[in-house]
Amino acid sequence: MSARRIFAGPARLAAIAPYLWMALFFLVPFGFVLKISLSQTAVAQPPYLPVFDFTQGLAAIKAAFAALSLDNYRLLVSDNLYVLSYLRSLVVAAVSTAILLLIGYPIAYGMARLPQRWQGIAMMLVIVPFWTSFLIRIYAWINILQHDGLLNQILLALHVVSAPVVWLSTDSAMYLGIVYSYLPFMILPLYATLAKMDPALTEAANDLGASPQATFWLVTFPLSLPGVGAGALLCFIPILGEFVIPDLLAGSDSMMIGQTLWLEFFTNKDWPVAAAVAVVLLVLLVVPLALYDRLQRRQLEAGR
Amino acid sequence: MTARPFRRISRFNVTSLALGLVFLYLPIVILVIYSFNASRLVTVWGGWSLRWYSEFFNDRAMLDAAWMSFKVAAVSATLATLLGTLAAVALSRGERFKGRTLFSGMLYAPLVMPEVITGLSLLLLFVALNAERGFWTVTIAHTTLTMCFVTVVVQSRLGKLDRSLEEAAMDLGCDPLRAFVSVTLPLILPSIVAGWMLAFTLSLDDVVIASFTTGPGSATLPIRIYSEVRLGVKPQINAICTLVLGLITVVIVAASVATKLTSARGESAAPL
Repeated sequence: MSARRIFAGPARLAAIAPYLWMALFFLVPFGFVLKISLSQTAVAQPPYLPVFDFTQGLAAIKAAFAALSLDNYRLLVSDNLYVLSYLRSLVVAAVSTAILLLIGYPIAYGMARLPQRWQGIAMMLVIVPFWTSFLIRIYAWINILQHDGLLNQILLALHVVSAPVVWLSTDSAMYLGIVYSYLPFMILPLYATLAKMDPALTEAANDLGASPQATFWLVTFPLSLPGVGAGALLCFIPILGEFVIPDLLAGSDSMMIGQTLWLEFFTNKDWPVAAAVAVVLLVLLVVPLALYDRLQRRQLEAGR
Repeated sequence: MTARPFRRISRFNVTSLALGLVFLYLPIVILVIYSFNASRLVTVWGGWSLRWYSEFFNDRAMLDAAWMSFKVAAVSATLATLLGTLAAVALSRGERFKGRTLFSGMLYAPLVMPEVITGLSLLLLFVALNAERGFWTVTIAHTTLTMCFVTVVVQSRLGKLDRSLEEAAMDLGCDPLRAFVSVTLPLILPSIVAGWMLAFTLSLDDVVIASFTTGPGSATLPIRIYSEVRLGVKPQINAICTLVLGLITVVIVAASVATKLTSARGESAAPL
């Protein structure tokens, strides 16, 4: 028996504590979300019915099960508010991901072209904003974009505009905030694939007479597709459920689904509808999450 | 013919990289500068001053929130580091085991899961368990989220480690536990430290999950900042944000020094 196999046994035991923790605090809660999404809103504490009471015997539990209904889901389908929120989230997530790719790719490409000793520093510079508070970075933009903020002051001083432009509470501000916050998530996986690429490949294409453009589109870009996929998923999935950025930067006339969920939960105190909104959002995310899980697994376990 | 023409960095490469970095940093720099503005009007420069900092240090409610956040971040980062390191060891050294796919799925999904879902589902669990909401519920929620980041950071380090070192230790008579503690652990320690610091800063930053899982009287700093920001820009918030940024910068520098100490250049720098 090799040493590697001997190690595997105790290493498996290490899984027990994190396994139980994630099962209890990540998996089980989805069961409660599902159950409450089938409940009725009530003026009570907690604000939903039925409440399962396992001390009341089997009949009471049966009655509680019978009281569950799909009413909240019917509401989601019939009320335009929800359908429009989901659609808006999908559009915002798709458009933002496309913009992020357009901006992030040249930056990652530039990083991969730097001399070796500069690459580590460039990478550090991209990672630092990822670590710094995301709320603070959004707030920094409010400073700049507000009515008498720096941007309008500069534009007025340069006589580009004659009156202050409304930037805050617009879709442009929201897209700016999203792109700004998620840029490191796009750059890092792209850089990781681009930096690993063998320069001999582009050299070969060049020797065979390909123009720089042709080399890029026929060699570099296709080889970087795994990075493109990883970056796109890392951005698309969380943006779909984004709450803080649209809440602070976008106008109030149309909402993303994260805002709708927040409103139902905190303002309307309608927990069952909020839970149903979450379940449908999860269903929308099943395919991208599965893709992301596969990518993550392949990437992390390649070294095994 | 010139050697390696495509390896050379073009003007386009340099320009896009420079513009990208300016875009990432300029807003933060402006925020920091304005936090030292003496004027009450955020947009009018009234000379340098520390006035907003002293106002923060006299604001009882804000200080309480900051202390609360600090406690939550320290405790949850520590728990997350313990659990996340165990998970990383199981994933990279445990070979195959029952439920492994579910295990790794549960650890990778929270990295991208929209926070509103994580927050709502944890709150519903706490309500069902009749748990009193406050410090511990927020701490548990943050541990759940951040241990996944720790797992990824430590697992990527373990994946790059030379397995023959552990095998040599065991061939020389160490039992697996001893081999792990005396050979593997020192080698992955920088990534464990980096994981703790990442968990700490993520916890310090979170507003959505904390809003769902906190109770009355135990608002964290981001929750307070968030409710102030919704009402508009205030110079005092600039000062608080600058202080938080300063704290995080110290943590990052410490983390990168810790990682540089033993690991090879660049490899441990990717947080994802």
